[in-house]
Amino acid sequence: MTTAEMLELDRLREEVAQWRARFDAAKKRNALFANSGEVVEPLYTALDISGDAAAAEVPGEFPFTRGIHPTGYRGKLWTMRQFAGFGTAPETNARYKYLLSRGQTGLSVAFDFPTLMGYDSDHARSEGEVGKCGVAISSLADMETLFEGIPLDKVSVSMTINGPAVILFAFYVAAAEKQGVAATELRGTIQNDILKEYMAQHAWVYPIEPALRLIVDNFAWSAEHVPLWNTISISGYHIREAGATAAQELAFTLADGFTYVERGIARGLDVDDFAPRLSFFWDIHNDFFEEIAKLRAARRIWARHLKERFGAKDTRSLIMRFHSQTAGVTLTAQQPMNNIVRVAYQAMAAVLGGTQSLHTNSMDETLALPTEQAVQVALRTQQVLAYETGVPNVADPLGGSYYVEALTDKLENEAEALFAKIEEVGGVVRGLETGWLQRQISESSSRQQWEVEQRRRTIVGVNDFVTEEGELTIPLLKVGIEAEREQRARMAEMRASRDDALVQGRLTALRDAAKTDANLMPFILDCARAYCTLYEIRAAMEEVFGAYREPVFF
Amino acid sequence: MRPIRVLVAKPGLDGHDRGAKVVAAALRDAGMEVIYTGLHQTPEMIATAAIQEDVDVVGLSILSGAHMTLIPRVLDLLRADGREDILVTGGGIIPREDMDALEARGTGRLFGPGTPTSELVEYIHNWFEAREAQTA
Repeated sequence: MTTAEMLELDRLREEVAQWRARFDAAKKRNALFANSGEVVEPLYTALDISGDAAAAEVPGEFPFTRGIHPTGYRGKLWTMRQFAGFGTAPETNARYKYLLSRGQTGLSVAFDFPTLMGYDSDHARSEGEVGKCGVAISSLADMETLFEGIPLDKVSVSMTINGPAVILFAFYVAAAEKQGVAATELRGTIQNDILKEYMAQHAWVYPIEPALRLIVDNFAWSAEHVPLWNTISISGYHIREAGATAAQELAFTLADGFTYVERGIARGLDVDDFAPRLSFFWDIHNDFFEEIAKLRAARRIWARHLKERFGAKDTRSLIMRFHSQTAGVTLTAQQPMNNIVRVAYQAMAAVLGGTQSLHTNSMDETLALPTEQAVQVALRTQQVLAYETGVPNVADPLGGSYYVEALTDKLENEAEALFAKIEEVGGVVRGLETGWLQRQISESSSRQQWEVEQRRRTIVGVNDFVTEEGELTIPLLKVGIEAEREQRARMAEMRASRDDALVQGRLTALRDAAKTDANLMPFILDCARAYCTLYEIRAAMEEVFGAYREPVFF
Repeated sequence: MRPIRVLVAKPGLDGHDRGAKVVAAALRDAGMEVIYTGLHQTPEMIATAAIQEDVDVVGLSILSGAHMTLIPRVLDLLRADGREDILVTGGGIIPREDMDALEARGTGRLFGPGTPTSELVEYIHNWFEAREAQTA
């Protein structure tokens, strides 16, 4: 530092001290000036950022704080990808065609709870739940119907499925084969992030170790056969929705990511063979600047760890590509139209943070699955942001902001401190087995609830600005029991028309392979091609692997 | 007065337990004895647990849209065992008209998102006092 620069800093220190005295003396509002859990300073200056801050960085260069593309959004806008699915495959197929006709640029499949848990629509545990909050997919036949008339070599598809992810992925690859589309042409993402299921979302099937084996099987198999496919979407979304703070979301999700990398390397894979296909998924909450800083910090931490800790050399291994979704948990059932505004601010934070794709929630999602009209407003929110606001014109427009840079550094430091704590408790897997990670999230959730009930945290329309006239009614989507009836009929037809000997043979082969170290993907794919059902495939492996049991506490 | 015993339960396949855990903790902090079932319970598992644990109240948390199937089944199983005295209440993502239908079918009050936990505590206390007064 030159003498002139040091004198300049001294002058700034003096001015900040004078400002501080005026600030302390002034009258201030009684409110919670904090983002998730941490008090925020009332002013940030050059004194708050480290010398080597991202100010000295350009987008597209290590450590990618300022974004993964040198062109920002000038090369390509983010993908507008609305998560959708309900009822039966034919109904959801029609909704996908509607979304594509309205200018949506990618598909994202929401499965119903039976599918998420690996149960067929005609299984006893599925009763009452078929098609209720996603589409019911129980075999290749349903998957073929879901994408009927939608060319899978043209549209990228994201699938939110975890416990039985490899099975649904096999249905998808087999459905593409039926369309005449080779696996090498498929582009999209399977969520496949089981660690966050144990931590937060809870749609698990197998115990932790065999579940991790299936994930690494998929990394290895896909690297060879489905090279453009994202084999995992390491998700902070559900961790945040379950109550985590931004720093916890950041740290726990990245720690999951590091665990997958360690497991891949332990299998003998070269990190640069599978790390380029790892993608991420973040929750975009209300605190505008904190969310932007979180996304910037996430990219930087991932790049640094992959390079320095795991020895990745390929730039594609270092860059964190991610999907974002606005925070469902911030939506309110009271005055639901207000949700449009919340979603718009959150969407803007996601874009200022450099997201690759975005789902904007619909205003009615605390009441039911969204109606077409509500989804259209949510999609239009992204289009206004993309084409009218000018926000995507400049890469990382908040880079160099004292506040955003300081917050980015702070979140990175907090994440590193949490990584150290996770190591102390024995790593992610041990932390899940003992419930340590789940408890951290629960405690944050309870604190936020307390703040809301004490009115330390304001939620417009819920604990302040409440209207006397009661709830504003908006039209809601109804998914009746017809879907369940129809889906059972479809299943019966499918079961009657398949080759039973082939089904049994393929299931036996899978069960036998599960007892060895063989990569199970080819066996699962063969089951899918023979129209083995989701539950049949799940059960064949469960006989070998057993089932997961959660540590129950509150 | 003896502490009120509550079973907080998650029927069906949905994994959203943030609300259930917040409610369980709030009821415990209000002096009630709370048992939490954990996730993915069938109506049969819930009814059995309620009877075996001899609870006064069953609180069902459901966000999967399966409420019209699963909640009446819990009610029916308790009735079949002669336990109409147990209050079946709960909440989640349940549209108003479905809440009305379920309440007409015999549940206690059902609560939507954004309900302060103090409201649940007060509701359960009032219900319990009224029941004790009747049986006294």
